[in-house]
Amino acid sequence: MKVLVAVKRVVDYNVKVRVKADNSGVDLANVKMSMNPFCEIAVEEAVRLKEKGVATEIVVVSIGPTTAQEQLRTALALGADRAILVESAEDLTSLAVAKLLKAVVDKEQPQLVILGKQAIDSDNNQTGQMLAALSGYGQGTFASKVEVSGDKVAVTREIDGGAQTVSLKLPAIVTTDLRLNEPRYASLPNIMKAKKKPLEVLTPDALGVSTASTNKTVKVEAPAARSAGIKVKSVAELVEKLKNEAKVI
Amino acid sequence: MTILVIAEHDNKALAPATLNTVAAAAKIGGDIHVLVAGQGAGAVAEAAAKIAGVSKVLNADNAAYAHQLPENVAPLAVELGKGYSHILAAATSNGKNILPRVAAALDVDQISEIISVVSADTFTRPIYAGNAIATVQSTAAIKVITVRATGFDPVAAEGGSAAIEAVGAAHDAGISSFVNEELAKSDRPELTAAKIVVSGGRGMQNGDNFKHLYALADKLGAAVGASRAAVDAGFVPNDMQVGQTGKIVAPQLYIAVGISGAIQHLAGMKDSKVIVAINKDEEAPIFQVADYGLVADLFEAVPELEKLV
Repeated sequence: MKVLVAVKRVVDYNVKVRVKADNSGVDLANVKMSMNPFCEIAVEEAVRLKEKGVATEIVVVSIGPTTAQEQLRTALALGADRAILVESAEDLTSLAVAKLLKAVVDKEQPQLVILGKQAIDSDNNQTGQMLAALSGYGQGTFASKVEVSGDKVAVTREIDGGAQTVSLKLPAIVTTDLRLNEPRYASLPNIMKAKKKPLEVLTPDALGVSTASTNKTVKVEAPAARSAGIKVKSVAELVEKLKNEAKVI
Repeated sequence: MTILVIAEHDNKALAPATLNTVAAAAKIGGDIHVLVAGQGAGAVAEAAAKIAGVSKVLNADNAAYAHQLPENVAPLAVELGKGYSHILAAATSNGKNILPRVAAALDVDQISEIISVVSADTFTRPIYAGNAIATVQSTAAIKVITVRATGFDPVAAEGGSAAIEAVGAAHDAGISSFVNEELAKSDRPELTAAKIVVSGGRGMQNGDNFKHLYALADKLGAAVGASRAAVDAGFVPNDMQVGQTGKIVAPQLYIAVGISGAIQHLAGMKDSKVIVAINKDEEAPIFQVADYGLVADLFEAVPELEKLV
């Protein structure tokens, strides 16, 4: 079966971002960008499904600026067969991305679509669910285990109190949680080979999708800073401070 | 304006996060209705009717909603939600699972995990693991929003007397089914609602050593959390994870033991009132947010702390 994987180019997870002085957003100039960690897990899962003989083709798609080609090449080096970039310089909302992905799903007709559970920049946790709604497919969100058998997929999900397993009819949408797998690293020969794999570039207009949004970011501010704390010398002093100064125990 | 709040429950009891969500709805202003979608959840509907400020409870009792599968609950919320100005749910794993499906079906953008209400159409929410706070305005006819429970003080669970209305609508998409559930058992308070949280990280070295934290937690009446490192190493189950991708907590007292303090962990606990860090590395970033820091070996400090509190 064909598996479609969505990946996002985001600020690297180790970077401590700074808010711009004019409060228009965070400063992303000259900041290291990477593939969103949850998307890496999604690519890894697709590659493992292919290694098990379940998946026959892996198509990886990204929606974003021209530079997102770097993340698509990374996915190709990890084992994806071909890539699609829907080029858009705008900052798109999850709904706009879901609509664009729906157009790609219509075109590619995958049996399984794997996304990350959330992007570490916007922290929305929406796109997979929205894509599932638009395509009318079942959704297995926050997946820690995915097992395809016949025309169904069993997804074990991380929920608040523990784990839950649901069975979905294929085609279906799965979003990855941290513990689904441990993503591999791309080897140098695979990075070289990935440069020759096909990468198609589309535009929202070509897909006939409007990316208009009902949300507007008014401003972005730095969170309130915590006042500096103190170091205590002993456990006894700590207990004394918690009891008498902070009064929390 | 009428606001629909989707109740968080397990068919037996109403989850406390619903009270925080109703509090957010009260800040927006207007009539508040609560939707209880489940099976045999009459007690939940009755509890919802008693919440202060709720004027109506919609009780959708159907086998299709028994496990709150989003494929079935979302169409119900869409059908009922069309007459409302806002649809709210707590940012729990259920709320996060269902609500974006509702928003997309209504063709509106969702606003995730709001921490404050500026006005009926403007809200604030953390982005970039809480390193920036965005103010977002929605022009949607129906505003679909998930609420971060720690951002709002819960409303009173008693004092209301809303009417309960049965909803007959049955939506069974037939594309998903529940297989099973494994819930972690714990006698301690729920992590996200606890007043005191004691968390352990990689410094605990193994799962067995968490017994020191359990002993301390039991003495304090606290919940026990963990960092991603401790969960990934298999010390404790993943529903104990505190952080950007785990649970968000804001207790009165957060005690971080053997946790270095990565950005992703801080995102889940830095709104705690008082933060205590116990770590033997005095350069650990956790000390930058801690109100009280103790540089010590946790295997000596934690048992001593347990004795003294």
